Amino acid sequence: MAGLRCAPNLDAPASAARRDFLIGAAGAGFVLAFARPGSVFADPAAAIAAAAYEPNLWCRIDAEGIVTVNIIRAEMGQHVGTALARILADELEADWADVRIDHVDSDPKWGLMVTGGSWSVWQSFPLLSQAGAAARTALIEEGAKLLGVAPSACTARASTVSAGGRSIRYAEIVRRGNPSRHYSADELKAMPLKPASERRLVGRDTQALDVPDKTDGKAVYGIDARVAGMLYARPKLPPTRNGSKVLSIDDAAAKTIPGYHRALALDDRSGTVPGWVMVFADSYAAAIRAADQVQVRWDSDDTAQVSEQQILDHGAKLIADPAAGAHVFDDAGVDAAFAQAASVLEHTYTTASVLHFQLEPVNALAFEKDGRWEIHTGNQWQSLILPTLAKALGVGEDAVIMRTYLLGGGFGRRLNGDYAVPAALAAKALGRPVKMVLTRADDARFDSFRSPSIQRLRMAFDAAGAVTAMQHDACAGWPTEVMVPAFMPKGVNGVAYDPFAIAGADSWYGVGAQRVRALSNDLANRAFRPGWLRSVGPGWTNWASECFIDEAAHALGVDPVAFRLRLLDGKGRNAGSAPNAVGGALRLAAVIRRAAEKAGWGGALPADTGLGIAATFGQERDMPTWTACVARVRVDRASGIVVAERLTLVVDAGTIVHPDGALAQTEGAALWGLSMALHEGTRFVDGQVRDTNLDTYTPLRIGDVPALDIEFVASTEAAVGLGEPATTVVAPAIGNAVFAAVGARLRDLPIRPDAVRAALAGKRA
Amino acid sequence: MTSLTINGREVTVTSGEDTPLLWVIRDELGLTGTKFGCGIGMCGACTVHVDGRAIRSCITPVAAVAGTRITTIEGLDPAGAHPLQKAWIATQAPQCGYCQSGQIMQAATLLKDFPEPTDRDIDAVMGGNLCRCMAYVRIRKAIHLAAAELKERE
Repeated sequence: MAGLRCAPNLDAPASAARRDFLIGAAGAGFVLAFARPGSVFADPAAAIAAAAYEPNLWCRIDAEGIVTVNIIRAEMGQHVGTALARILADELEADWADVRIDHVDSDPKWGLMVTGGSWSVWQSFPLLSQAGAAARTALIEEGAKLLGVAPSACTARASTVSAGGRSIRYAEIVRRGNPSRHYSADELKAMPLKPASERRLVGRDTQALDVPDKTDGKAVYGIDARVAGMLYARPKLPPTRNGSKVLSIDDAAAKTIPGYHRALALDDRSGTVPGWVMVFADSYAAAIRAADQVQVRWDSDDTAQVSEQQILDHGAKLIADPAAGAHVFDDAGVDAAFAQAASVLEHTYTTASVLHFQLEPVNALAFEKDGRWEIHTGNQWQSLILPTLAKALGVGEDAVIMRTYLLGGGFGRRLNGDYAVPAALAAKALGRPVKMVLTRADDARFDSFRSPSIQRLRMAFDAAGAVTAMQHDACAGWPTEVMVPAFMPKGVNGVAYDPFAIAGADSWYGVGAQRVRALSNDLANRAFRPGWLRSVGPGWTNWASECFIDEAAHALGVDPVAFRLRLLDGKGRNAGSAPNAVGGALRLAAVIRRAAEKAGWGGALPADTGLGIAATFGQERDMPTWTACVARVRVDRASGIVVAERLTLVVDAGTIVHPDGALAQTEGAALWGLSMALHEGTRFVDGQVRDTNLDTYTPLRIGDVPALDIEFVASTEAAVGLGEPATTVVAPAIGNAVFAAVGARLRDLPIRPDAVRAALAGKRA
Repeated sequence: MTSLTINGREVTVTSGEDTPLLWVIRDELGLTGTKFGCGIGMCGACTVHVDGRAIRSCITPVAAVAGTRITTIEGLDPAGAHPLQKAWIATQAPQCGYCQSGQIMQAATLLKDFPEPTDRDIDAVMGGNLCRCMAYVRIRKAIHLAAAELKERE
């Protein structure tokens, strides 16, 4: 995914190398920030005062020594502020008790604000480390002056500079000294970063700063936002996501509901919510009831008749056309290798639609204040939706601000901020604040769910059973094409593609001549709004690739672990590279070996019980999180029910900033993977998802949790992401374990008991 | 008009009698720690205590709880230091945190009924509380931890 960060990404680590670093007086303290390129200023304080600094990363040290790190990332359960602040505070040698985090509001001036892709720690680690080291250096220099000693005689620890028996607190240095500094980009780069052995916060556990308020009701989420004079709103959703128009509204029955105000068709020039009718009331309870009573007639396009199987059939047709799609890999000799192969293995895999089902339904509070539009909501990608909001409201982007709240679950749903638009339009139409909340069923119907997918995998073998070529074709709805086409890189054949709908297929296995083809399912793109869902592409491409590798191993009569290790030779493009992928495929081999060993691979098991393995490099080749999972399952042949008994995961994510947080993320990610493997999934039926609430949509519950054995590889390599990789390995590990247990091969996700029974019956036949 | 006691405070609320208790608590009384998740009593995010028993406030009409004592997460412990709340922090159970008010309120009645709960007890009683972040491992651990603290107090 070399082109993944083709968009202007202020957060890319490379950008630090080009920016000066400033420490400038501001109020009764100092601000640490990166200068904007090309900005001209008399001194650091003037630059800070003029806000001529990069807004994506800055921090304050006040006269009491309190260090406040500003966080542009959304807090949605990953405790991201804690992890980021600890990276900076460690190099700063700050006393952790003095460190605070502040989640900032979005504003166009902040530039790109996105929380996703498991990027946050990986992207920010180098910048935060250098910033902390620079500030520590300045504080030591000023502290040395105040102590009357040479800086080289001083050490910094716990917000204190010491020399000999004397010491001075950072707070006093801020009050009495002048740590204003302007470091050039080169000087910053030369800052002495501490060796890993000197880290005091990174790699150690702490209690996350956001947790206490989440135990006593104090935490404030978007749904809790309120403002005086607001009306509540619930939408009437059209029959299709796109292509519906309101013909008429009849609210006669709603008028009997106390508190009901009116129903209104939204006029949306941004095209985000075509065909929406908003129902207003004094209370949300009244809005729910009134909306049930309002009758709307719509005119809908042909997508009202589209269903899941048509989308998959369309995908199969696209895959069958060799001229279609974008080539992510297209090595010389693929077709020749298949033509000359002694044998060829080919299988097709499918995955069903998956809902985000973040527990807090989407909502937004919108109102105009002092000539600016304020949107109060929880969101993962503010800079994506701001231009759309501005267009919908008919104002400039500088007239829209998003106030940040906690997210009652993100999982990618709130990367797509479409839900902010109808609230803003409603507030504009009414001329008063509007708080829109979707009911659970509304939320499911309006979800930008994970598209159903179809994938065809082929592998060529020579007479000796060596792999000579592999082709992986993947077709699904493309969220990035629909929502942010400028983010799409071009394949080697010049065709643009959605990196988040193919990543994972570009594997680290040495399989000879390799072709990876990404195909956009245009029928899916029209019929609904495909979304990014936790672990994006690898969440479903790995289902195909890791089951297929297993099938190839069995076809050759080779142990699936041994077969993977044989292919992970670390040669050619799989050798890896600094700084993020040092060691390459050999690190993936190492976690596979370790997971197999821990799980007792090859040992005796009870009847109808099996072990299955799967591995992944996580989200992107540029940012590999080497992960292996062994699932142990028991299959009940009569019912077809698969019980996951144990998941053993080994993860090499380089440097682990916050071990307990990393473990929590991996636990949650693995259980998400299990839920999508065995417990949840829906189908698209006549323009809508079939399942809209917990009566029929059934995510994993506490009693379904298997034994979890999670191990991180001790490493000082670059820190990479952890929010998603474990999600992607569980389903194929379970599919492979079912095969090991009872010989039934499943190629459709989720694995349903009837499919297991059918596969067993097919085997008998 | 319905009179009830909430977190020790007597109140009279004006929401219609068939209004779900959840919206009375959140929108009329302004106690937003109780959450809206599914609206059909199947996620547990809206769990509160009525006369000490855990109920789903999203499917409970306010008229049905007239004259009762209602406790929300804000009233579970005056200092927010119920053994469960302390255990939730000690185990770092919350991720996004949205379901946790309901989880804790459900767990509080679990510990009354099963002072030393087995894993099976926990599965049975907590099975109605969905955690979409899937922080279940820590929720289980926290319940055992709180049970141990309560036992020690005796």
